[in-house]
Amino acid sequence: MSMKKIYLNLHKCLGCKSCEIACGVEHSSSKELFSAINEFPLPIKRVSVFSTVSHCIPVRCLHCEDALCLFACKSGAISKDESTGRIIIDSEKCIGCWTCIMVCPIGTIYIDETGKTAVKCDLCAEKEIPVCVLSCPTSALFYK
Amino acid sequence: MAHNNNFKNLSIDPTAVKMLKKAEKEEISIVWDRYENMKPQCRFGELGICCSICNMGPCRIKPLKDSAQKGICGADSDVIASRNLARRVAAGAAAHSDHGRDIAHTLLLAASGKASDYTTFDADKLISIAEELGIKCESLSINDIAANVAEIILGQFGSQSGEIIFAKRAPKKQIERWRSQGIMPRGIDREIVELLHRTHVGVDSDYKNIIYSGFKAAIADGWGGSMIATELSDILFGSPKPIRASANLGVLEEKMVNIIVHGHEPTLSAMVVKASKDEELNRLAKEKGAKGINVAGMCCTANEILMRQGLPVAGNFLQQELAVITGAVEVMVVDVQCIMPALSEIAKCYHTKLITTSDKAKFKDTEHISFDEENAIKTAKRIVKTAVENFQNRRKDLVNIPNEKMELVAGFTSENTFHFLGGRFRATYRPLNDAIISGRIRGVAGVVGCNNPKICHDYGHLTLVKELIRKDVLVIQTGCSAIASAKAGLLKPEAAFKYAGKGLREICEAVGIPPILHMGSCVDNSRILIACCEMVKEGGIGDDISQLPVAAAAPEAMSEKAVAISFYAVASGIFTVYSPQPNVLGSKNLLNLLCNELNKIFGASFAFEENPVKTAELIIDHIDSKRNALKLNPVMYEYEENIP
Repeated sequence: MSMKKIYLNLHKCLGCKSCEIACGVEHSSSKELFSAINEFPLPIKRVSVFSTVSHCIPVRCLHCEDALCLFACKSGAISKDESTGRIIIDSEKCIGCWTCIMVCPIGTIYIDETGKTAVKCDLCAEKEIPVCVLSCPTSALFYK
Repeated sequence: MAHNNNFKNLSIDPTAVKMLKKAEKEEISIVWDRYENMKPQCRFGELGICCSICNMGPCRIKPLKDSAQKGICGADSDVIASRNLARRVAAGAAAHSDHGRDIAHTLLLAASGKASDYTTFDADKLISIAEELGIKCESLSINDIAANVAEIILGQFGSQSGEIIFAKRAPKKQIERWRSQGIMPRGIDREIVELLHRTHVGVDSDYKNIIYSGFKAAIADGWGGSMIATELSDILFGSPKPIRASANLGVLEEKMVNIIVHGHEPTLSAMVVKASKDEELNRLAKEKGAKGINVAGMCCTANEILMRQGLPVAGNFLQQELAVITGAVEVMVVDVQCIMPALSEIAKCYHTKLITTSDKAKFKDTEHISFDEENAIKTAKRIVKTAVENFQNRRKDLVNIPNEKMELVAGFTSENTFHFLGGRFRATYRPLNDAIISGRIRGVAGVVGCNNPKICHDYGHLTLVKELIRKDVLVIQTGCSAIASAKAGLLKPEAAFKYAGKGLREICEAVGIPPILHMGSCVDNSRILIACCEMVKEGGIGDDISQLPVAAAAPEAMSEKAVAISFYAVASGIFTVYSPQPNVLGSKNLLNLLCNELNKIFGASFAFEENPVKTAELIIDHIDSKRNALKLNPVMYEYEENIP
């Protein structure tokens, strides 16, 4: 059972936002930077870099142990993959009530490109290592 | 190493692969390692939408759905990307033009007797340029003519109004296009300064206006600074004539004192060559146990001494560190441009001495021998002596010179090349134009530019030129691109049998030229412009450069100079494929301007394509469309598909 998670070394983040771009590109239909920025509608990223007085922090879904979004979801679209610990949104089931967005304590659930369903970090389901980690030039983000 | 030791993906040059292995064994980090360590490269920068021009910034436009679509000053992605691009043009034009200025200054010193070591004036070329500048030569001595030419040319840099002289060499229609757009340059320095002013915070906020100003500075480079550098170098050091030489790291000699001249300006390299023939220094070399003194070139200064003296070429841009890694280089003497700062560190791993000579380019902890034109030979001898004395420090266990070297023929210019096509007695461009009209040659393509570790070393250049000559396109090359072809044996006349299409092969056989013509260093791209002018003048294939079946490409571009070159090529009506893209993809409008709208203004535009096979297709399509527009005969021989 692998419960890998993305960790952050707070002192290493320089706020370049490479993770934001990589995330948006990975969740675009072309998966390629130069095509992705010309897509309509534009792809949505699932990580945002915020800054405090002293630090930059890339904020994304933490795949909480007791996920509030999971409890709040009325339609059963949000589920937890027990083997990997991932919290996943099934866009087929999502009815766009945005309750999950309201309850998420860190604000990492977004409205998708079409404005109809909720999306969030899926730890790059198709990739072994999430692209935000791969794209981080300072290795502030790491996956283990 | 992060690139998994798969050196064949890094370079297709066997000497580079050998030296990469040696570097790994000796734990020396070189350009490809640093490229690997740099990854991921900032994607904002790659799109050209980050701006650090003012202190409110740095700003970045978010290319995905986000609120930050404007910088703090309000500049959007169009303005930011075009300002960034324009500044690269300014830097590139400045580098070429300052090179031109140095040559003009040397000519003035030489003519007035202050730099007496520069003596080999090409009188024919001097007089023809003097007449073009309106100097009455009859009553003047050669030195006086040279001084007058140098003074008028130096005036071109600071000229504030009017039009720069050499730009008037362009065909009438090009000049009309430039005048109607208001981009006919007034003075070389003025246009570069104005471009920098325009890109200051809060000045020019119309991306089109910024880019047009970039074209103005670029024309001042191609038809100004670069052309001056070429023409005056020909006067000072003699016009090139076809000459045999050899290229690649194998030109280094194990039993000789090896000196590599690296950089750009022939004022230095030509003198080092002269000093290396000094009897006393050669005697000293023999005393130290060497057989003699071997001078080889690197990058564009290699092309300068290759074109004029037939000296060997050690390699192109990405081989500069590899040359030191052979362990057999006593001195690498450098002047300006394209010299990796890494060299000073790498030289310390061997006995190699890196010597900087230009006060514009000093390196930390590196010996600096200031080169001044008035004591040229004296300084050059001092450099050569340092090399000879350093021979005994060579560590035999670290020496490994690859044995690959290739014969080549270089030394073609816009004056001599196409005249060969016509034979000695009827020297004109007629045969070239006729060959194009009859369809024996499809067209002409200039393939130029640098190396870039983003693209497998030399793969971009070689794949492209082989595709082009196979499809009967005569290729002319300069700079590191020409060195790539030289190392692969494409600059030998015999290459026509192996690689050229049937039509081009017939021409090469009849005249005895290689299918790819080496025209010199990167400032010598101005020779390509002149060749285009001559083709227009000869008639029959259009009265405007943009109507000619010609194209240009920079398949492994790296420097800002390459951006400036591509700008003046497009402004002169030459379709240009540039790769890798110069960080412009973040602005749709800018991209549309560069790739489409420019056609209406210059009759030519850019294309950005990294795959060299596709680049060749773009060029062939372009040349064919120009042939159709001119209602020329179809190409005489169809090429066969499926040949790599």
